[in-house]
This record gives sequence, structure tokens and C-alpha cells, in this order.
Amino acid sequence: MNRASRLIEAENLKVVRGRVNVLDIPSFYLGDHEILSLIGPNGSGKSSLLLTLSCLLKPVTGQILFRGRVIGSNQETLDYRRRIAMVFQEPLLFDTTVFNNVASGLKIRGIPRKEIRIRVMESLERFSISHLADRSARKLSGGESQRVSLARALATNPEVIFLDEPFAALDPPTRNSIINDMEKIIRETGISAVLITHDESEALRLSDRIMVINEGRIVQSGSPPEVMNRPANRFVAQFVGMESVIPGIVLENKDGTVLISVNGGAIEAIGNLPPGEMVFCGIRPENVDIDIRSTKQSINCGNVFPGKITGIISVGPFLKITMDCGFPLAAYVNRRTFHGIKLTPGEQIAASFKADAVHLITGEK
Amino acid sequence: MELILDGIIKAFQLFFTFNPEVLGITWLSLKISGIATLISVLIGISTGTIVALNKFPGKRFLVSVINTGMGLPPVVVGLFVMIFLWRNGPLGFLGILYTPAAMIIAQATIATPIVMGITIAAIQNLPAKLGLQILSLGATRLQMIGFLLREARLPLLAAIMAGFGGVISEVGASIMVGGNIKGYSRVLTTATVMESGMGNFDMAIALGVILVLLTFLVNYLLTIIQQRERPR
Repeated sequence: MNRASRLIEAENLKVVRGRVNVLDIPSFYLGDHEILSLIGPNGSGKSSLLLTLSCLLKPVTGQILFRGRVIGSNQETLDYRRRIAMVFQEPLLFDTTVFNNVASGLKIRGIPRKEIRIRVMESLERFSISHLADRSARKLSGGESQRVSLARALATNPEVIFLDEPFAALDPPTRNSIINDMEKIIRETGISAVLITHDESEALRLSDRIMVINEGRIVQSGSPPEVMNRPANRFVAQFVGMESVIPGIVLENKDGTVLISVNGGAIEAIGNLPPGEMVFCGIRPENVDIDIRSTKQSINCGNVFPGKITGIISVGPFLKITMDCGFPLAAYVNRRTFHGIKLTPGEQIAASFKADAVHLITGEK
Repeated sequence: MELILDGIIKAFQLFFTFNPEVLGITWLSLKISGIATLISVLIGISTGTIVALNKFPGKRFLVSVINTGMGLPPVVVGLFVMIFLWRNGPLGFLGILYTPAAMIIAQATIATPIVMGITIAAIQNLPAKLGLQILSLGATRLQMIGFLLREARLPLLAAIMAGFGGVISEVGASIMVGGNIKGYSRVLTTATVMESGMGNFDMAIALGVILVLLTFLVNYLLTIIQQRERPR
């Protein structure tokens, strides 16, 4: 991405809270019109990064640039804050009407009353809550409150919006509905967004780019398919749902295909690694098929391993089957596919996955 | 029982026949305690907000001191104000001992920690990220404080009521630094003490009833503001 299309840049950001280094980011950027998701475990520094980028938390070192210009003085910080918006997990509404809540950012900017009325009503209509304008913000449901909070943030026409898990506390239908509205508005208005989420599907659906953060550092940044299918290390692999990470040693390398010795057999994968190198084979559960017939009769696939079911967990519409194939392996199966077939722990199965479904992680011990 | 009834009847007689002495005492009580409360609100809310919003070493100790101050005995305050304003005291040159000004100082000293303590609790009780949310809406720090105070308006009005209630009803400090001088520094509480000491129980009860009614009236007005109908 060229520098001109970068909306926010940060260099050498270090943040200390108490006496703990919570953030150490050598370089960060957010593109114009880009939606970036930040994912990572609790306490990894995602919220601190968001607060720092919105100039609400002062870094001990480093600088933030907006459209190429360094934000330095208090006035520059205030001007910058008036071009961004932030929504937290809690709606944090004021004890007044919905209208006054949505108008608050505009009143702060000293915008004339007439214009405030127009912009507030526009913002309320975008989120289909104009009928709540005169209602007390204290008498709203969780979903309505979060819609008001989003409407308040967007009423000021920000160039970038920071979203700190705003959908986390909502029930699934409300959440879907708000995400739909939010996505539509962000795409229509072309504003940039940084979203913190713990929900993999939310990150996949909304983001142009996903950034994984752990212990205050950026561990990986890339497109959603890249992060999901080619995690940079074992931590990212496990965090993005690549549940099976199997250690092995490269046995041979032939025409871009490597054979990796693992406990219980050999895995075929696409790659170019020298024999003897230690690797980890990452396999997403949705890329693993299981068959209750014998191994020989099983699906025509590069990697087929006999194994035994060790556990069955319900994951939404799927069943997660964990198996022991000499190494632990997980697979998602559709309930309908296995309708009428009783899968039970201890049952013998054959697990298979294609060579191109194996992601090789190197350089780790 | 008859004595109490006589006292209540006398209270209404004195008040509604516009007895100049009683009206004067009532007005002075309201003026001294009103000004003292106003001073305590200005100092208490501003300082309380600063303490609540900032982190600094010794904050817990300071808040403990302020909270202790909420229960400061008026006679102790009266004693120290008196020592300070005494002819040879550090502020003796002001020459205001046994004047309404001295009473205002003493009463403001009593009410300030009450207002400050409740303000600190009220601001700290707001959601932790509310200040950040307000700043992210583009507010200056001063605008943010305005928003926070508006959000804490119910407990802040309670703080004002507690401060006013504390000073309108105190007697120890007012007698010590005001001197209970007729027509000059005599307020409802000091007059009640004096009348009861002289055995004029009906007058003492009458003044007591007026004091209670006055306190009720002021608190009623503040409660109306506090509980003003909110949006649907």
C-alpha cells in the first residue's frame, strides 16, 4: 500500500500502564476506506492500541500520523479526535433522550441547531431508530442502546471509526442485524474502521485485513484468508481456529511436495523444505473429512489416517469430532451428513485431508 | 404534649404575623447557610472532580481525610475557626470574629468536605470509560468535565442537600464564632438553644419548627430539580 492511501500510521509505539509494557508496535497503518480487525486474547493489548490510535492513551514513545501529518500539539490532538469516532462494548449513553445523545458530538463541535437536527435524524434513520428520538436512553434495550451509540459516533461524519467489541454483549439476531447495518453504512460512506473482535466470523465477514496481537505486539497482519489459512506461527494458528498443529520432520521434498514424518505416519503437504527440517503441520478442522468405512475404501485423498474418535462436541450447526490418529486431529462435520449414523467416542474412523490443506509452520521449536 | 402543640401554634403565629425578630433570624439563617453552602459547592465540586479524575500518589489517603471531614464535629470546626480569627490569631487582623462572616467561614468549613466527599464518590461511580467516550466525541477536557458533572447531577444535588442540611442545623460553631448577638449574628439554631436555656420552651419549639420547615422547603426545591421528569 502506498503512503498516500494510508489514513493513519504509527511508528515505534510503546505504551506502559502501571509498570507493565502493554504495547510495543514498531509500525502500524490503516488504509483509506479499509476495515481492519484486531484479534488476540484478552489482555493482549488490542484495546490499548485502539485507545492509543485515538489519542486517548499517551504512548511513552512513538508518534501517530493522520493523512501523513504528525499529531503533536493539544490542538492537533483535538482536531484529530474530531475526525474520528469511537464505540465501546458498553454503549455509554448519556442520561438524556436518544436525540440528545446522538446530537452530543455535534453540540461539542458548536454546530448550529438546525443542522444538528438534520444530521441527528439522518443518523437515527440509518440505524432505523428514528422512532426512539424522544425516548430516554435509560429505557432502551441492549441492541437499541448500541444502535444509538453507533448513530452518535457516525453523526459527526468521522473519517475513521474505532470499534472496541461493540457487538460482543448482544444476542445473535440483534448482533447480526446491527452488523448488517454497520457494514452497509461503512461501505456506503467509505469511512475506515478498526474493529476489535473475538468473533472469527465477524472478522472474516467485515475485514479487509486482520491483525493478530499478542502480548502487546503484532504477530501477523494480512488478508482474512491469509491469516486464517496461513498463520504465521503456532499461536496464531490456534487462535484462528486451526485446531490441529502436528509436529513433524521433513522426510523428502519432491516437485514442490514434501513428505513429513509425524507420530502415526507421514503427512503429504505442498511446500519446499529441505529434508530433516522440523515443521508443524496446521490443519483447519473444516478441511478434514472423516469416513466410517475402512481406510482403503476411504475418500481418494492425499492424506488418509485411521484413527479413533476421542470426543464429540456440538459447535453450532456442526459437530466437532476429535480423533487420535497417532496425533490429535479435529474435524467439523455437518449434522445432516451424519444423520442416522451414530458416532461415538472409541469408534474407528478414517480421517483424510488434502495436501494443500496442510499449512507448514517453520522456525519454531 | 400541650407544650409542643403550643410551640407549633406559636411558630405559625410568629411567622405569619411577620414577627420582625423571627423573620430576621430566619432570613439570616438562610443567608449564612446559603452562602456557606454556595462556597462549599464551588470548592467541593471543583476540588472533588479534580481528585476523582486524577491519579496521584497519596490519593487514597487524601480521599480518606476528606471522608473523615464529612463527619467533622461542628464544635471542633468552631474552635479552630475561632482560634484563627481570634485577635492574636493568624487571621485576627481581619477582625471578623463574632460576625456573620465568621459564621459563613465556619459553616463552609463544615459543608465543604461533605460536598467534596459525595462529589468524589459520584464521579468515581460513573462508568470508567465514560470520560474516554466523551473525549472521543471530540470534547475538550473542560467539556468532558461538564458532561461528567451533568451525568452525576443526581448525587451532586444530594451533595448540595447534605451540605446545606449539615450547616443549617449546626449550632456549636455558629455560637462559638458568631456569638449569638441579637439582630446581628443570631440564627435559628443559636436562638433555639438560648430560648430553651431560658425556659421559653414554646418559643424554642416555635423556632425549631420554623427551622425544620425551612430545611424541608429548601430540600423540597432541590428534590424537585433532582427528580425533574425525565424523558419518556
